[in-house]
Amino acid sequence: MTSPANPSSNPDSSNAVYCHDVPAERPWSRVLKQGQTLRIIDSEGQQAVDALLYCADDPTERYSAQDTLRVQGSAYVELGTRLISNRGRVMAHIAADTCGRHDTSAGCCSCESNAIRFGEETKYQHACRENFILELSRHGLTKRDIVANLNFFMNVPIESSGKFTVVDGISAPGNYVDVTADMDVIFVISNCPQVNNPCNGFNPTPIRVMIWDPPADVT
Amino acid sequence: MTTAQTKQEIAEANRRRYEQLRAAGQDLTPKGLPEATALDGAPIASEAVVSREQVPAGWYATVRLRRGEALRIVDDSGRSSVSLIGWREEDTSERINCADTVKVQWSAAISKGRVILSDMGRVFLSLVEDTCGAHDLLVGGSTPASTRAAYGATSRNTQENFLSAAAKIGLSLRDIPPCVTFFAPVSLDAKGRFLWNSSRKRAGDFVDLRAEMNLVLVVSNCSHPLDPARSASPGPITVIRHRIPPPAQDDPCRTTSPEIVRAFEFTDRLYA
Repeated sequence: MTSPANPSSNPDSSNAVYCHDVPAERPWSRVLKQGQTLRIIDSEGQQAVDALLYCADDPTERYSAQDTLRVQGSAYVELGTRLISNRGRVMAHIAADTCGRHDTSAGCCSCESNAIRFGEETKYQHACRENFILELSRHGLTKRDIVANLNFFMNVPIESSGKFTVVDGISAPGNYVDVTADMDVIFVISNCPQVNNPCNGFNPTPIRVMIWDPPADVT
Repeated sequence: MTTAQTKQEIAEANRRRYEQLRAAGQDLTPKGLPEATALDGAPIASEAVVSREQVPAGWYATVRLRRGEALRIVDDSGRSSVSLIGWREEDTSERINCADTVKVQWSAAISKGRVILSDMGRVFLSLVEDTCGAHDLLVGGSTPASTRAAYGATSRNTQENFLSAAAKIGLSLRDIPPCVTFFAPVSLDAKGRFLWNSSRKRAGDFVDLRAEMNLVLVVSNCSHPLDPARSASPGPITVIRHRIPPPAQDDPCRTTSPEIVRAFEFTDRLYA
């Protein structure tokens, strides 16, 4: 699991135009220009990263989990998956992946869903939706704009019977996923604070985000 | 060191609780679910009907339901699939949430006895009658692109139906969440690829959805994008808004699991 799944796309880290460590439990966002690649690195392993994408020119166009799965014909996000908008356009694609499987059906954790899943006392724990609301507010967006998100490094097998389980993350320290933008997008992350299920190994940890410009001959 | 041990102990306790919930949610709960409704079961008395409408193929209807009322959706021909979204009438930022519905019930498959949740940790609709038991929460409805791919030209589709319906009540593209599609027998193979089980569809299949809040619902009668028979003209559907008796103490939908019991407690507080 240490070698990139797609070595030809593996950029030289010294050429990155941006590098930032997102602390455990915190949000992050940035506009990715068309052609730029965002690398999300699971620095310590078993850390779920919730993500939403909005078209930078018109944020009413945004990532759609159901459109993405319909176009792909299968239930998991992996190398090559095209991330489709609610207007049917390709917003970005998975250009490299050393983890192997990511979820987009389980949504994000919220204080309110934690309270029904794990007991009312867990309502007062930080949650991804709190992160999304705060980070989206920086872009003029609100809770209305939160749709079903991507969950990078989150392992949610769905059985033919429909049985649906968040199980232990399979990502090792240093595993990463590369997302290349096919249009200018606002990329929003919540570094998941959930401590009540195995998505973060019951211990939320930091992640690193890096951005590369497209190779000169492509632009 | 004490702190580290405490953190470790908390993590271990949280894992134990998770495994207990998982065992209950995936082993006990499914065994307690009611049998499917018979095709000729659960007749509606004429005096209980509030309104009735037949929606032609390709079209949509917007229905307001008061808490405690029910919506029957009937697939008259056995060729339709019906996609549904909705909002809480008093605060439309609260809306149907497929991800929480699936996650909280430990199941991407819903059938009689299950519920559909809002994004605020409350129960939106209860599936109080269901003859079919084959509904989709993962793939969603048809779109301009999916109809172009299927028919070579854009035809009426669920995404544009939802946009039109939302616009007529002052909402927009921003307010359209992922949908549930009834009478859409989607399952997965071992690799996660979607499959369509045509044998699960029959003429006259119906569901009764009990509103657990005051709701505005939109139903769209367009073929599901995975339905291989989609080029055949789907038939009309019938939607009936009707009054039903209040839920009993042992109502099957309210008692399936500790998670759902809590979700109803929080929902009831809205109207206490």
